[in-house]
Amino acid sequence: MRFDYLAPAICAAMAVVPASAEPRHYAFGRTPTEAEIAAENIDIRADGKGLPPGQGSVAQGRDIFAQTCAACHGDNGQGLLSDRLVGGFGTLKDHNPVRTVGSYWPYATTLFDYVRRAMPFNAPQSLTDDQVYAVSAYVLSMNGILPEDAVLNAANLPTIGMPNRNGFISPDPRPDVR
Amino acid sequence: MAGFSVTRRRGLLAGAATLLADRRAAAQEDAPPWMRQQGSPVTTPPYGVPSRHEQTVIRRARVALKFPTASSSGTPLQDLHGIITPNGLHYERHHAGVPTVDPAEHRLLIHGLVDRPLIFTIDDILRFPSISQIHFLECSGNTPEFRDPKPNWTPQDTHGLLSCCEWTGVPLSTLLAEVGVHPSAKWVLAEGADAAAMSRSVPIAKAWDDAIVAYAQNGERLRPEQGYPLRLFLPGFEGNMSIKWLRRLKLGDQPFQTREETSKYTDLMPDGKGRQFTFIMEAKSVITRPAGGQQLRDPGFHEITGLAWSGRGRIRRVEVSTDGGTSWRSASLQEPILPKCLTRFRLPWTWDGGPAALRSRAIDDTGYVQPPREALVDVRGINSGYHFNAQQTWQIAQGGAVSNAV
Ligand code: HEC
Repeated sequence: MRFDYLAPAICAAMAVVPASAEPRHYAFGRTPTEAEIAAENIDIRADGKGLPPGQGSVAQGRDIFAQTCAACHGDNGQGLLSDRLVGGFGTLKDHNPVRTVGSYWPYATTLFDYVRRAMPFNAPQSLTDDQVYAVSAYVLSMNGILPEDAVLNAANLPTIGMPNRNGFISPDPRPDVR
Repeated sequence: MAGFSVTRRRGLLAGAATLLADRRAAAQEDAPPWMRQQGSPVTTPPYGVPSRHEQTVIRRARVALKFPTASSSGTPLQDLHGIITPNGLHYERHHAGVPTVDPAEHRLLIHGLVDRPLIFTIDDILRFPSISQIHFLECSGNTPEFRDPKPNWTPQDTHGLLSCCEWTGVPLSTLLAEVGVHPSAKWVLAEGADAAAMSRSVPIAKAWDDAIVAYAQNGERLRPEQGYPLRLFLPGFEGNMSIKWLRRLKLGDQPFQTREETSKYTDLMPDGKGRQFTFIMEAKSVITRPAGGQQLRDPGFHEITGLAWSGRGRIRRVEVSTDGGTSWRSASLQEPILPKCLTRFRLPWTWDGGPAALRSRAIDDTGYVQPPREALVDVRGINSGYHFNAQQTWQIAQGGAVSNAV
């Protein structure tokens, strides 16, 4: 019954479009302007691609951190309401490992990328690029990864050697349990 | 009717008539109130809601929330039937709350290593040929039992970051064909329009294979908690990667090393190394009744029922033990048995009133067997956090109280 009813419709459709009803391109959507892409293109890769112009020093970052981050992450990044950001070196094999930006994160670029897109938690995307460089520099200096007088920019951020840079394995070794 | 029967009986002995009247009055009082009056009119309310007697069937957060927008709530698996999760009960895991996105303003940008970058409105997306697939979605942090499991946990607590819906949208492969992907593209960055701008790198093979850019869920447009108006859906992969409120896809030649694939969603091994890019949710199962938090009333027949799933494909078999894993019996599997989808299993059981330990193990069509907890912890230790898929045991005490066997 159902097929009897549908069959003429299918034949009719095939008669109109003999081969395939699917065009090579649907041509829905439109070409974005360079400005539209730039506005959304916020990701920073591990090799630094995507880092914006600008710079920020550890000293500037100290003030920004005190004002905009410390309430949740602690004055010294030791963790308070939210994640600890500092220390934990050498604990990854321990019964209670401490995973922080310093002890666990493989790339400094991820810090810039994440803070710029998501922090401060109560006002994401409110910091200028210079402020993100500065506060990133401060978080890294609290971890002993950058000296007190460091100034971060697009050129030097990707060259920072993170302590746990080689701490990750892929591809996925599973299934690993039998 | 009542008048007719009374009329017909007029002329009977007065005593008998009185008796009959008494009986009718009694009968009408026996009828439940909802049979003696009209019910609610249609469209009250226009969008239906569950019975007010089902108010305990709700999503719940397992722990007190310091940051309720960077948090999760679990599906009440113990109260559900079949395999489909109602939209209002789909688990939630957000990192910056549920944004209120205006569909008229929302755009999806696809760019990077492509021939023709394109930007789509929701109306554009709706014009493409569509697909509907029933799949589970599970947070890789589901079942937090590597450390410190609690005896009072229910299936909602242990396995509630798991749901299953029919997802409708455009195959991502269709959109990739539209933009023309460069051969050098190996990864796709997916990014959400929430206040976390949640971002993950998806391997290009998955993007071509079965990824969906979804706009509907169980027949209606996505719920805000599930990414309205647009989300990525990656069947069988850890839930975090199925980016909600999808606003951008960028093709690149390497992973983007976002916070959610370095700091989080990596599995720390006993040797101190973190496993990165562990995407697939391996085969797993859980008995949802009888289960933690429930109370068996009487000895005798009880149906053991639960859910099994695998991110690698279909469930081939589910085995159930009532003695904590010593002996096993095959459960019956409810059709349909779909790939990367929940499968409902059942086993009839007679409870003798004494202690028992109910446990299930799933076997998928790759032959993989869901491991016991000891085997999992033996390889991965207790700090890997994510992808805990070991067998779950519910302890039944003398008298019928059911708890999480820890
Ligand atoms: C209102 C509280 C709050 C404030 C203020 C705040 N954060 Fe956060 N931060 C959070 C929360 C909550 C998370 C975890 C979010 C999640 O679960 O995804 C977080 C996560 C982070 C992380 C990732 C930690 C990890 O190990 O993955 C970094 C880095 C960070 N914040 C840096 C900052 C910086 C820098 C500032 C100041 C510019 C800041 N935060 C301000 C609450 C806050």
